Amino acid sequence: MSKNLRINKNNFIDQTTRISFKFNGQKLFGYKGDTLASALLANNIHLVGRSFKYHRPRGIMTCGSEEPNAIVQIGNDPSLTDPNVRATEIELYEGLDASSQNCWPSVNFDIGGINNFLSPLLPAGFYYKTFMWPASFWEKYEYFIRHSAGLGKAPTKSDPDIYDHQYSHCDVLVVGGGISGIISAKLSAEKGLDTILIDDKSFLGGSTIYQENECYKINSVNSNKWLANEIESLKNYPNLLVKNRTSLAAFHGYNYLLARESLTDHLSVNERKGKVRQRLWKIRAKKVIIASGSIERPLIFSNNDRPGIILSSSIKKYIDYYGVKTGENISLFTNNDSAYEAAISLYKSGVKVNVIVDIRKNSDSLIVKEALELGLKVLWESSVVDTQGYKRIKSFEVMKLSDDGYNVVGNRSKYSCDCLGISGGWTPMVHLFTQSGGKLKFRNEDNVFIPDENKTPSNQISVGSCNGEFKLNEIVVNTIENLKSFLSLNNSCYDGIKIICPDEKSKRNIWLLPSDKPIGKTKPFLDFQNDSTAKDVKLALREGFKSIEHVKRYTTTGMGTDQGKLSNMHALGIIADTTGTNMGELGTTTFRPPYTPLTFGAIVGRNVGKFFDHTRKTAIHNWHVKNKAEFENVGHWKRPWYFPKNGENMHQAVQRESKAARDSAGILDASTLGKIDIQGTDSSEFLNRIYTNAWSKLEIGKCRYGLMLNEDGMVYDDGVTTRLGENHYIMTTTTGGAANVLSKLEDYLQTEWPELDVYLTTVTDQYSTISICGPNSKKILAKIVPGLDLSDNNFPHMSFKNTKISNVNCRIMRISFTGEHSYEINIQSNYAEDVWIKCMEAGKEFNLTPYGTETMHLLRAEKGFIITGQDTDGTLTPSDLQMDWIIGKRKFDFIGKRSLYRSDTIREDRKQLVGLLTEDPKEVLEEGAQLVENINKKPIEMLGHVTSSYFSPNLNKSIALAVVKSGKKLKGKKLIVPMENKNINVTITDTVFYDKENKRLNA
Amino acid sequence: MFIINCPYCGERDQTEFSCGGEAHIERPKQPTELSDDQWAEYLFMRKNIKGVQFERWNHAHGCRKWFNMVRDTSNDKIQAVYKMGEKPPVK
Ligand SMILES: [Zn+2]
Repeated sequence: MSKNLRINKNNFIDQTTRISFKFNGQKLFGYKGDTLASALLANNIHLVGRSFKYHRPRGIMTCGSEEPNAIVQIGNDPSLTDPNVRATEIELYEGLDASSQNCWPSVNFDIGGINNFLSPLLPAGFYYKTFMWPASFWEKYEYFIRHSAGLGKAPTKSDPDIYDHQYSHCDVLVVGGGISGIISAKLSAEKGLDTILIDDKSFLGGSTIYQENECYKINSVNSNKWLANEIESLKNYPNLLVKNRTSLAAFHGYNYLLARESLTDHLSVNERKGKVRQRLWKIRAKKVIIASGSIERPLIFSNNDRPGIILSSSIKKYIDYYGVKTGENISLFTNNDSAYEAAISLYKSGVKVNVIVDIRKNSDSLIVKEALELGLKVLWESSVVDTQGYKRIKSFEVMKLSDDGYNVVGNRSKYSCDCLGISGGWTPMVHLFTQSGGKLKFRNEDNVFIPDENKTPSNQISVGSCNGEFKLNEIVVNTIENLKSFLSLNNSCYDGIKIICPDEKSKRNIWLLPSDKPIGKTKPFLDFQNDSTAKDVKLALREGFKSIEHVKRYTTTGMGTDQGKLSNMHALGIIADTTGTNMGELGTTTFRPPYTPLTFGAIVGRNVGKFFDHTRKTAIHNWHVKNKAEFENVGHWKRPWYFPKNGENMHQAVQRESKAARDSAGILDASTLGKIDIQGTDSSEFLNRIYTNAWSKLEIGKCRYGLMLNEDGMVYDDGVTTRLGENHYIMTTTTGGAANVLSKLEDYLQTEWPELDVYLTTVTDQYSTISICGPNSKKILAKIVPGLDLSDNNFPHMSFKNTKISNVNCRIMRISFTGEHSYEINIQSNYAEDVWIKCMEAGKEFNLTPYGTETMHLLRAEKGFIITGQDTDGTLTPSDLQMDWIIGKRKFDFIGKRSLYRSDTIREDRKQLVGLLTEDPKEVLEEGAQLVENINKKPIEMLGHVTSSYFSPNLNKSIALAVVKSGKKLKGKKLIVPMENKNINVTITDTVFYDKENKRLNA
Repeated sequence: MFIINCPYCGERDQTEFSCGGEAHIERPKQPTELSDDQWAEYLFMRKNIKGVQFERWNHAHGCRKWFNMVRDTSNDKIQAVYKMGEKPPVK
């Protein structure tokens, strides 16, 4: 364990800055520039986790976002811990504390490992088949599954980090900072376009930047040196923004892209304080250039998942970029030339590759020749058939391939090793392209899905290896040529570029490599994270699953956090081979955003805590707070719910408030009611069309209650509207309905009745409303507006007066939602708190009592007044509410009128609003409780439900409103409200419980 | 997420708009003369096609104007935007 596998020579890692970190409690060292994975490998640690189903030991397999195995939990602070972090992506920082996931009690001794020995019993679809029955056992199964299936621990406390969102608009967005991305960014910037280049790494240059090989030259210098100069030259363009450590998460339509920038995750914990951790960029680009590159494929053979088996390109990066040897006895297994690059890199760093197993008959490209000249041993036309070693590969066995490649022949020969590099060719990263709506085509020569240029959404282009170009000369030349037409360039600084590179001619691909054993006796893993094997895919096909989407779900191939970046192509290939289909016809599974996982923090940004949603407060809010109101949320509004005094609970406070309002006087902040100012010569006609009742004859200075329906005849909103002048009204709406009512009215005005001369303006915030009710309300108002004649003659119920309080204009309506003699003062909001305080002072001698929404609801229920949204739910007509009186039958038309006599709305057995009294007057019903007639008849027929329920202090009994089938005809009928542990007897009554003659309005 | 060219304000992000369903369904002038079936046709029946669709949109967080839009629902390409009362510029 304590071995140091770091070589000295290195250009990229700062070997002067040593960093200490912990892995599974063990203190280790790495260097600045390392990832957790490279630092672990330098410490000779390969085993990092256990697989999901069989708990097989797994090691670091890649060096990027496609990593299926090396997934760790960072930290253990309950608010900061981060699960499912790829060791291959996280940069090393001082104090990093990582631990393995998916193993218990430890990665070296894991109880779930027993599943590995049971694996013949855990085939594809095992969970579906086994845990289906008996259903009553599900809870036990679930416990078992959840306990042994580990995908890390979620933090248990809220996240203290700061996250940010930023919008950006640019001419060109380049995704990916490899060689084709750099060329693209420079061409775009040179044309003067506003350009953003993003790359998920801490450095630019992709895999070319560490390609120190004489075989690759651009304009006579090694390709890495040439690229380093190009990267340096990007600094000359002020119109080019380069964002490192920024990974693209999603590519939506109209070139709308989401990218996550990681700002502090690479810093030591002490340096992070007060800084934004991650920023989500919302980018709208006129043009998008995808240069997302490609990833190497594994090879599928038995036991291809042991720690120490690594993609050959990753071995190359670990040695060339990080200066880390992934082993001391390395062999390679390949079907293409890439592995030879790794072999040469290792050789130059003092590691001689033991043997290269190549399934091809030969290859004569430059790079292979160089490897052979260095004396490397190649086993042509051979395949690895098995590997050994539990927690780290220790040997592998090779056999000769038959001519057709379907079988292996001869004897096994065994080679010892501590690391096996595998290379199965390359897969273009087309995820972003398909997310944006692009369609793929299949290229048979090298078995890749590449963007179909005829089915590419406009204003985007894919360049480089994500477009299926793998040779350096193709990448560079095609990128330049394609961009010239994409960006309309006549010439470029790259014209006449000269490239030397190896040319791979020899190709051979076998999706599932043959074995001398029957497939049932082998373990060729496809999806390393989800433990699905080639035989699972074959089993799924035998069981009748044909669609790739079904096979994927049945076998869980490609459903891990890596979204099957390594496994999808092989799964498709095996399906195609087994069913004799062309891969191009099979199609691929859908790639959905995000390309790499996003943190919740990045998604929500600053919209947390009090910024999660906005809050609306009335102009009198501060007074309510000072006077100890409890608040209720009504839409976005904070409304006083009740005002407890001397330790009262809600019930006690509401009983006191309700009694005071009827005995003497109560005061309510009604400012949240929606207020719409209506002006124009057709205002009266407009009101006629939107309310059920008639409005033309309403005199100036008078108020009227109106009911608004949807076109389907159902009650939508209600409120009092006052005629202020010939062509001027002010409408009130419910608190919650204000915005929707305005939108709906605007819709009708703009689209159906554009000929009407009507203007709507919301004035909800501009005016505050103070409602004073009760037998002493008149005396209190008289003290505030002494000049105003408050006699019933001059100022009757349902009328309004323009007047002044002190020197401030105000409107006073005499309207009532409680059934009491009542006034509503409407005044500019700036003066509202002053006027409220004036009212309180004037009302002192009359015990003027502030009340909240709960008392308001109780008082109106005593009078049987509905609250739309509480007693109605969008399925009740005015007639259902026993409000037939408000329908202007003689009116030609109004919104919803025709629907009031549809066959369904005239049914007599519709649910209708009724009153309910409980047999025991002390028993208060629960709102929402069901009403039934016969408790013994099963199934019990539910006749309706309770919509409002209170204990009325003024009647000294429980009252309720309910909707009941055929309710109008059932007055006096006894029904039952069945509750969990009792049945409550109730009687259907009239909806008005208090002051049926409305005497108190003028009291 | 598309960009909509509001006929009153110009190009704006989709988040500023709300969709009001199928366009060119006129409210009957004389609802009382319609049968239940005819009224139901107006009230409930809306098309939801994969392909070119005529839709009502409202610049809800902008000028609050309603307008019409022709959109291909299969690829979200907006083919035309035009004011209420105007004839659709494409078929
Ligand atoms: Zn607009």
